[in-house]
Amino acid sequence: MVKERVVAAIDQGTTSTRCLLFNHSGRMVAVSQREHRQHYPRPGWVEHDAAEIWRNVERVVPAALREAGLRPDNLAALGIANQRETTVIWNRHTGKPLARAITWQDTRTERFVEELATRGKSELIRDVCGMAPTTYFAGPRLRWLLDHIPGAREGAEQGDVLFGTMESWLIWRLTGGPDRGSHVTDVTNASRTMLMDIRALRWDERLLETLDIPEAMLPEIRPNATVYGSCRTVVPGVPIGGALGDQHAALFGQTCFAPGEAKCTYGTGAFLLMNTGDRLATSPHGLIPTVGYVIDEEPPVYALEGSIAVTGSLVQWFRDSLELIHTAPQIESLATSVADNGGCYIVPAFSGLYAPRWHPDARGVVVGLTSYVTKGHLARAVLEATGWQTREVVDAMNVDAGPGLTLTRLKVDGGMTANHLLMQFIADVIDVPVERPFVMEAVSLGAAYAAGLAVGYWADLAVLRGNWHRAALWEPAMDPTHRDAEHANWNRAVERTYDWVRPS
Amino acid sequence: MPGRIQSIERAVAVLRLLDTADQPLELHEIADTLGLVRTTTHGIVSTLRELGLVEQIHDHGPLHGHYHVAEAARLFGRGGPDPHELRSLAMNWADSLAAQTALSVTLGVPTRVDVLVVHHVFRPDGSSQRLAVGQRRPLHASALGKALLAFASGGVRRLQGTELTAYTSRTIRTHQALTEALADVRHAGLATEDAELEADRGSIAAPVQGPGGLAVAAVAIHGFRDELFDRRGQPYADLADATKRTAKALGREVRRLW
Repeated sequence: MVKERVVAAIDQGTTSTRCLLFNHSGRMVAVSQREHRQHYPRPGWVEHDAAEIWRNVERVVPAALREAGLRPDNLAALGIANQRETTVIWNRHTGKPLARAITWQDTRTERFVEELATRGKSELIRDVCGMAPTTYFAGPRLRWLLDHIPGAREGAEQGDVLFGTMESWLIWRLTGGPDRGSHVTDVTNASRTMLMDIRALRWDERLLETLDIPEAMLPEIRPNATVYGSCRTVVPGVPIGGALGDQHAALFGQTCFAPGEAKCTYGTGAFLLMNTGDRLATSPHGLIPTVGYVIDEEPPVYALEGSIAVTGSLVQWFRDSLELIHTAPQIESLATSVADNGGCYIVPAFSGLYAPRWHPDARGVVVGLTSYVTKGHLARAVLEATGWQTREVVDAMNVDAGPGLTLTRLKVDGGMTANHLLMQFIADVIDVPVERPFVMEAVSLGAAYAAGLAVGYWADLAVLRGNWHRAALWEPAMDPTHRDAEHANWNRAVERTYDWVRPS
Repeated sequence: MPGRIQSIERAVAVLRLLDTADQPLELHEIADTLGLVRTTTHGIVSTLRELGLVEQIHDHGPLHGHYHVAEAARLFGRGGPDPHELRSLAMNWADSLAAQTALSVTLGVPTRVDVLVVHHVFRPDGSSQRLAVGQRRPLHASALGKALLAFASGGVRRLQGTELTAYTSRTIRTHQALTEALADVRHAGLATEDAELEADRGSIAAPVQGPGGLAVAAVAIHGFRDELFDRRGQPYADLADATKRTAKALGREVRRLW
């Protein structure tokens, strides 16, 4: 009897850690999930316990195998996709984290990042990493840990303390931990540290010096699809073949392998990534040039990333703060109770406007209110805000991605793809078809694909492409004159958000 | 869920059925739709009548002895699951059914006059397809419609006084034939439509049953006739089972939330 072979993906996310198993045709055959605690020690601080996350990994992988009725020797490979930029340091001899991990949502490094700019370091950082210094990235968080955690800096300099983003931490644990665990990271996660030369794909000495980071503590940078080592615990003997940051994993899982292909993941926020091929784009609009993925010895494939801070979270605000609906899907019922937005627009600049507008002092507005406007119109305006914000990122991307690269269709995934009205509206305003694949778990699928590719479970990218099947397609259907008029209204609404916060 | 009381669930299902059926129903129609034995149904209906929530017609006219919901109880009939919440719940199940059967999948909810398609998953073969979300399907000539007539609307009488539009030569045209077809649907827990709406096409549907057995939606697979039915016109067993299993799984989720 032929033994069933599957690939496992660990999706180490912001609120939970999951293990999903995929078969050869890319279908999910099992999933297991455990949430972890969010720690908020001070306003603006958000931490995770890396030891708790590791314990969750130890549980979800066997649980997924049990659910599928499989054993570790059914696993061809294991891949990891992770929340990006979350930073942990640990002792290499005890395997214990020195402090809780500082997550990507944490804003404690704001002042340090401003300082980098005032010290005149912005240009160097932009030249080497491809992006201006911002609080997103892991490097400043690592610096904070070195400055504030007793023993961290000395330990790092003596080689006793190691740094990693979540995939590094998990690979090190899986491959033995204190007992000769592999201390590695992948290029996509490394590209979000503000420490890596995005062209040479190496740690950059000037940046290490600028941020004052001891090189001895850094993991080795490896491609995304390559064998990092074999598990020595949890599922002993199974090769770890893939690791990517979550949004890069979604790009890979959506099989955006050709320049110009793009995906957008719609969750609480949205992340749109476009493959730009061998060309590292520069973005005057402030989109983020990043490494898309690297397959083993092949040259890197670059991507351009545009993120939208508030999409699904605006629906949550509508539900939890305004209490106009009880559950998120009800917004579509409310929105379809009226024919249009009734002249009402909502711009959710809750903490300013980012790419491509860059107005940190902006705050949200609801405009166009008349006595005619009902909660149905407000519901429409909430959904339309996600459509127009997508349009802004797409417009910027079409300009910045480079010659010949324009978006011709958009692959979507994430929870908001359940909203038919929204998906149709997005297609209408970006004026290209929007399509949803069968497997909505694009992040996990991408990690599995990278791992399976590394061990030869899947032969090549063409096979993966063949696994992509369209489950739904939304064709643009809005009258162009109407679209332009609505776009102009949206722009006028956005202008009304500017300069709301006065310098104190 | 700690001990929901089944008789209350059933009583609420009776009220919702009478309220949404749009016309008074006979005892056996209530029993058949909810899959209850007559004596149980009689007990529930009598209790509701004594409590003033259900009324029985005593006019010696054609509806003599039928039941309808009392004005005081009208509120109870509303507030089934929101169709968009249903879609949200159904996404993974529907994707999985389409992947498993290699056919397209729809989810439909009953309206007063027909079926509204609230979710549609393409067949996974890359062929050119258009989303049917928002479209309507006739009750008597679609598998979704028949499943809902049988398990949600109190049967064929919902269509009394309306002419049954013939879409193809195979469309059911008489109320008598539809009554017989619905009896089969209830017996099998499965509705079929074999080139009754569109030549060469067909579908197989199963009810998504909420509390008390009242269907809140139906899930269907669609394809060419020869993909769905054998030479005797029977649905292929694996397809029928997959459709039923999906509808049952979705029903469990619905009952967990409502």
